[in-house]
Amino acid sequence: MNRREGEACPRRNADAALDRDAGAASSSPVVAAFKVFQQELDTKHDKHERLVKISRDVTIESKRTIFLLHRVTSVPNAEDILKEAEVKLDAVRQKIGQIAEELRGEDLFQFHRAFTPGIQEYVEAVSFLHYIRHRGLISLEEINARLVFSTAEKVDPEGTAEEPQTAGPALTFQVTPSDYLLGVADLTGELMRMCISSVGNGDIDTPFQLSQFLRQIHDGFSYIGNTGPYEVSKKLHTLRQSLGKVEDACYALRVRGSEIPKHMLADVFSSRTALPDPEEGVV
Amino acid sequence: VDFGEFSCGDEIRKVVQTLEQAAREILTVLQSVHQPSGFKEIPSKCAKARELFCTVRTQLGELKTKFPVEQYYRFHEHWRFVLQRLAFLAAFVVYLETETLVVREEVAKILGIQVVREKGFHLDVEDYLAGVLIMASELSRLAVNSVTAGDYTRPLRISNFINELDSGFRLLNLKNDPLRKRYDGLKYDVKKIEEVVYDLSIRGLAKDAGDK
Repeated sequence: MNRREGEACPRRNADAALDRDAGAASSSPVVAAFKVFQQELDTKHDKHERLVKISRDVTIESKRTIFLLHRVTSVPNAEDILKEAEVKLDAVRQKIGQIAEELRGEDLFQFHRAFTPGIQEYVEAVSFLHYIRHRGLISLEEINARLVFSTAEKVDPEGTAEEPQTAGPALTFQVTPSDYLLGVADLTGELMRMCISSVGNGDIDTPFQLSQFLRQIHDGFSYIGNTGPYEVSKKLHTLRQSLGKVEDACYALRVRGSEIPKHMLADVFSSRTALPDPEEGVV
Repeated sequence: VDFGEFSCGDEIRKVVQTLEQAAREILTVLQSVHQPSGFKEIPSKCAKARELFCTVRTQLGELKTKFPVEQYYRFHEHWRFVLQRLAFLAAFVVYLETETLVVREEVAKILGIQVVREKGFHLDVEDYLAGVLIMASELSRLAVNSVTAGDYTRPLRISNFINELDSGFRLLNLKNDPLRKRYDGLKYDVKKIEEVVYDLSIRGLAKDAGDK
């Protein structure tokens, strides 16, 4: 029966104290085995914690980017905001590179819970920027294409290298389809808000564009229904509400749009009370 | 967006069900050691249990094929429960045979799986530890039933064993997760066994049989 002997493990003060108390037990193979387990578990927990911290930074910066992007509707030069947002998201991508580094050689699903909130927030931010620019939905492939980080950059001072030297396979972070979906679901909430604020600014074209876009997203999610991850079903419910608000606003604009003074257009949204979801109980 | 990945779940579930059935069968064999008549038959029961583990090895081999090897943790929750039970049953068999704590490598060998993640379908250290804790509860029950069956020496040996296990677990820095909750139950097992030992010693029933 092969067995792990008590290898040289870094001892902390706590261990030393325990050994004193345990006396003879400190030399037992059981205790020796558990010291190895302690190390293994500590290493795993430490990595988890580091990922949580990075993920929190990703969340905060992504959220700030989203707030920044909301200002495009109320500002004359949208391009400045978009450029600034791009800079912010580059910084976020750097952070995601740190996540990728931590996950090198690991099973990313073992730590998924640590970084999924940040990643979803990033998806939300980057897809928001994409929509504002291109009026379309960014694809998962496009997102992942920008999450390629090279390993150690080799700078050849002479500049004589004919081929770029890479230290090995490039480090990447691949957003999972599940995180992508959840991020897009959250995006719809931001789009709904953008819809409201654009109406308040007298823009009566954007609501109709958004309505169509949101409907497409909603239909996509409906198709997935309950076959996807559990969290998607929950977000589908919120998505329906967002879509409902936007559709009602479009209706109001269509029917009464010319009658409403511009500064009161925003009220078009607030008069709608939350109606019960007709499909409640099915989701 | 491709959801083909989610269809793995059904295939995995089917194999897990067969594993749960096998685990139940092994448990049935080993449970009988709690009966007075069962004590004498411990070696044959262990042998029978080991035979049944053959089936488990086959089934786990089957399970491995149902998903991409590098996505163990994506589907881990599907088999975590049954794997912990199997770890417990392996640990229990080894205890009954040798009265020592089975090492993780031995459990993996009995189940026909790896210890190290990179080498393939493996036994996560936390699942091994959970299995050990399940066994601790089983042993506290065994201590009680040993006395009923007239064996007054076994409880002392179980007591030494569990105390050593407890020392080991105290070294771990656990998070507030299911493993920690399960570990919290160990102190009740320790207490129960201590009470059995106390009952025996004040009545002078257990002589000097505490040494391994």
